[in-house]
Amino acid sequence: MSDIAARGAPRLLARDPARKPLWLAAAVIGALLVAALPLVASEYWLDAIVAPFLILSLAGLGLNLLTGYAGQLSLGSGAFMMVGAYAFFAFALRAPELPAPLALIAAGLISGATGLLFGLPASRIKGFYLIVSTLATQFFFGWLFLKFPWFYDGASSGTIALPHALSLFGVDLGGARGRYYVVLVVVAALTALAVNLVRGQTGRNWMAVRDMDTAAAVVGVPTGKARLQAFAVSSFILGVAGVLWAFAYLGSASVQSFDLTRSYQILFIIIIGGLGTIRGAYFGAAFVSLLPLALDWLSQRLFAGHVDAGLLQNFQKAIFGVLIVWFLIREPEGLARLLQRLVDALGARFFHPRS
Amino acid sequence: MTAAALSALDVKNISLSFKGVKAISELSFRVEKGEICALIGPNGAGKSSLLNILNGVYAPDSGEFIFEGEPLRDIHPLEAARRGIGRCFQNNALFSGMSVIDNVIVGLSRHARASLIEEALGLPRARVQAREFRARALETLKLFDLERHAEVIVRALPYGVQKKVELARALVGGPRLLLLDEPLAGMNAEEKQEIAAIIARLNRDLKLTIILIEHDLGIVLKLADHVVVLDYGKKLADGPPDAIRDNPDVIAAYIGAPHGELAA
Repeated sequence: MSDIAARGAPRLLARDPARKPLWLAAAVIGALLVAALPLVASEYWLDAIVAPFLILSLAGLGLNLLTGYAGQLSLGSGAFMMVGAYAFFAFALRAPELPAPLALIAAGLISGATGLLFGLPASRIKGFYLIVSTLATQFFFGWLFLKFPWFYDGASSGTIALPHALSLFGVDLGGARGRYYVVLVVVAALTALAVNLVRGQTGRNWMAVRDMDTAAAVVGVPTGKARLQAFAVSSFILGVAGVLWAFAYLGSASVQSFDLTRSYQILFIIIIGGLGTIRGAYFGAAFVSLLPLALDWLSQRLFAGHVDAGLLQNFQKAIFGVLIVWFLIREPEGLARLLQRLVDALGARFFHPRS
Repeated sequence: MTAAALSALDVKNISLSFKGVKAISELSFRVEKGEICALIGPNGAGKSSLLNILNGVYAPDSGEFIFEGEPLRDIHPLEAARRGIGRCFQNNALFSGMSVIDNVIVGLSRHARASLIEEALGLPRARVQAREFRARALETLKLFDLERHAEVIVRALPYGVQKKVELARALVGGPRLLLLDEPLAGMNAEEKQEIAAIIARLNRDLKLTIILIEHDLGIVLKLADHVVVLDYGKKLADGPPDAIRDNPDVIAAYIGAPHGELAA
């Protein structure tokens, strides 16, 4: 009986050691490609497509740790990004002697501490009610950062923009290439930390809480601490993503840059990309970033641009809606699982044709 | 140590009710070190509720239990785990989205020392811990002949194998008292024999004190050193298996029970 299960199981293998060299090679090639990207891609692509894709991936990664790994639903992603961005702005304005990398980390820590605070209710409430409480963070910070001019330095537009062009790690953020490399380094570093966490005891504790929290406590998992850690780490990453979004992508930001729509967008990214996987955040962000382009291209090709832009946007929303329902019902593990299946199928076809 | 003279567990006058309905009333019994104590009785007799009190899922209305010399009541599940009280649930309570080995490693959580920062940065202490945990989990999986399933996601495995994974998870942290809630339920005769043999082996080789809830009287009488019979939250009988088998109250409760447990 168990033999049958063992034979049926390979598709569900968590990690296949035999595949490791292949993955490693893919990772190295991938790293070289992304490092060399600015040589081939135009500034427009780097600024308008690649940078937002990477930053949204990072934000998705942050939310995925909380929702996909620790099972805590949140609609407050935008709020934590906002906290990060406004904190970084405050440092740049009021403590200009603080080096940008340190300010970035500090902004992340402030956002993480905020997450910790707003994660406290999670030890008492779950599911739907937790969504409502995370939703409250969205409205609270939207109000806070508009209400007190200190946060936006009294700018008449209510927006925040850095007083002088930023240089991070000695790279000038003035140009598209510089911005790209900064975003790339930050996103890669935080992804590496997240991978370490989810493969370690921290990540196992999160997943145990997600899968069955009573059993987790009985087995010896500090469930309350695990939940708070998930909120803190998730908000740290979201805060850093918020800094990048505001100052490496948008240039200037306001409360509206991090509204509820942003929170939904990040939630959609992890649902479409795959809950509880690191790569899912990337797949989801790629999808969300590229779908509008693909639709635009299609409408140009098929209808020679006669389609109204507003209609296209509504069409795009409808596609998202349908896809999200479909993924939630049919494939909660999202694009990550679909692509895995594709790779497995191709692998079986080309490497072991008969087995 | 004075603890050597004490019982492993001394349940004293524990009562529990749910919304006014008595689940357990004034229950007292002792479990000696290194014995298998079976809790039997019809459904709803309060057996699982008692286990839930022992590992802190429920708080008793009154009474306490003394575990290794320390009087306890209303403890947190985490506290119970830290004190070495392990548990297998009635229906498997595995972490369904995780691999077999990850499930078992979660059972080592209370021994984890590396901090979040150390894990995130992959510092030496986190790496050493990860290696040690993996080795210990593999060792425990070997006891159950489960190494070949180590990387399989548990929900893909049949029920009987999952039960063994749950036993491994409860065991890996080195408990001093193991609470087993119907470990043989839903299994065929062959699997029952296998799990029963494992339980006997754990008790013999590791000198592990075990409290076992089981309906299969044949196996209970063979396996247990000591049987406590519950009915409607009260203790009906308490003694060695032979005495229980011949106890007229027990026979009446079992034969009289509408569920026909004896046939199980």
